[in-house]
Amino acid sequence: MLIKVKKASDAKSSEITPHSVYLDRRKFLATAAIAGAGVAFGAIAPPAFAAMTPQMLPGVQKSKWTLDSVGEKMTDKDPVTKYNNFYEFGTGKTDPYKNATKFKTKPWTLAIDGAVEKPGQYNLEDLLKPHALEERVYRMRCVEAWSMVIPWVGISLADVVKRVGIKSDAKYVAFETLNDPKQMPGVRRPVLNWPYKEGLRIDEAMNPLSLLAVGLYGEEMPNQNGAPIRLVVPWKYGFKSIKSIVKMTFQATMPATAWNESAPQEYGFYSNVNPTVNHRRWSQAKERRIGDFLKRPTKMFNGYEEEVGQMYAGMDLRKLY
Amino acid sequence: MTRNDVIRKIVKPVVFVACLGPLAWVAWTAYSSGFGPSGPLGANPIEYINRYLGDWAIRFLLAALAITPVRGITGWNAIMQFRRMIGVYAFFYVCLHMSSYIGLDQFFDWAEIWKDITKRTYITVGIANFFLLAPLAATSTQGMIKRLGAKRWVKLHKLVYPAGILACIHFYMMRKGVQLEPIIYAAICAVLLGYRLAKHLQKKAAAT
Repeated sequence: MLIKVKKASDAKSSEITPHSVYLDRRKFLATAAIAGAGVAFGAIAPPAFAAMTPQMLPGVQKSKWTLDSVGEKMTDKDPVTKYNNFYEFGTGKTDPYKNATKFKTKPWTLAIDGAVEKPGQYNLEDLLKPHALEERVYRMRCVEAWSMVIPWVGISLADVVKRVGIKSDAKYVAFETLNDPKQMPGVRRPVLNWPYKEGLRIDEAMNPLSLLAVGLYGEEMPNQNGAPIRLVVPWKYGFKSIKSIVKMTFQATMPATAWNESAPQEYGFYSNVNPTVNHRRWSQAKERRIGDFLKRPTKMFNGYEEEVGQMYAGMDLRKLY
Repeated sequence: MTRNDVIRKIVKPVVFVACLGPLAWVAWTAYSSGFGPSGPLGANPIEYINRYLGDWAIRFLLAALAITPVRGITGWNAIMQFRRMIGVYAFFYVCLHMSSYIGLDQFFDWAEIWKDITKRTYITVGIANFFLLAPLAATSTQGMIKRLGAKRWVKLHKLVYPAGILACIHFYMMRKGVQLEPIIYAAICAVLLGYRLAKHLQKKAAAT
């Protein structure tokens, strides 16, 4: 399993109920009864079944960010997993879904270095082990003026930062995505200055909203959504929520980010969702929620102003976009 | 039937109908699947339709620009009979592309549309290209050729060259990062216009 060390008593991944079956328990019971009868007559169940379906994450706890707190409809899993910007797997929206099927995310090592007390190469399982997974339903607003409501599963970034212990000169944290031309067809072309890089100011990283996500819809993170571990910062445009993270560096200076290097006039370091700041490519005043026909007005900080607004008090967000 | 009759009465109508194919496919798919986020047009059908129509607009425009060089290189004169049709289809798909932007993407929010045109360069370029192509489509009839006189008509229709360039710029700017597809279209456009420039320079050299 991805996020925990195996104990003898643990369920094998093949024993965990696939999501679709879980959702359809009654039918499953009926089918199981028939299958049971079949076994009695010598039929053998296909063993590969569980490997084909995404694995449910065990022990996921509720958080204060529920569907009710968002107050909107959840986006279907189908578009969330088939409409992605993950340029490492191609620039088309369906490319990641098609090209990331064989992406190997186990084992996974995350390097944490820079101004920290406990730098090192962290095995993902070890990194996650001390933390409880929780589900957080967040709005996701892409800079391309579309949006979704997604139930992420993950751990608070602040908890991880506290655990590795940052030093006083850690003013920013830089993130890096895996850059593997063998597995990622997108990085064979100079679409961006690979590897993909992102960054946060330390107070942003420590904000309770910042999430290191390892799953969605209660299941392990699909490859195309940034498996095995990605950032989710819902008050910023989607590209800030860097995927498939291999490195976190704590540093004194503002880190370079991939989109900022590509088009500095369009993508600032902060890139907070802000309907009042003009963008050269898309109007940010409105957004289309995936599944809707008409666009809706975009909210300041994507509706998270209460949680994050104070971090930017006194800053000219027109200049520091 | 003479060869010309075959072209006029059979091949032309077939090509005419075939050129409606992309529109028919997307209209039927959108209609039959609804606008749901799990249908064949993907999670964002409006974006899909808008880009699809734009793709076909630039393809027809480059196809129209390709006809003269193809004749020049292969000596296949009959292909010239299709140039106007392909050119008018390019404008037809430009109009559809623009309509889907106005009607589907922006849903007639004229204030937002105006902001887009004035603030977002690739949209400015796109709209400019519409106004560049409109007089060409309007003067595409036999009657208009006569009224303008062949010389002036030919001069006016040279506007299709900057239109091809603007279309490629529009496409390149619309994509994020450095992407391959718009570069391929721009390269094709460069070859097609480069052919004309080479011919022009040859003629000039021969005249002196």
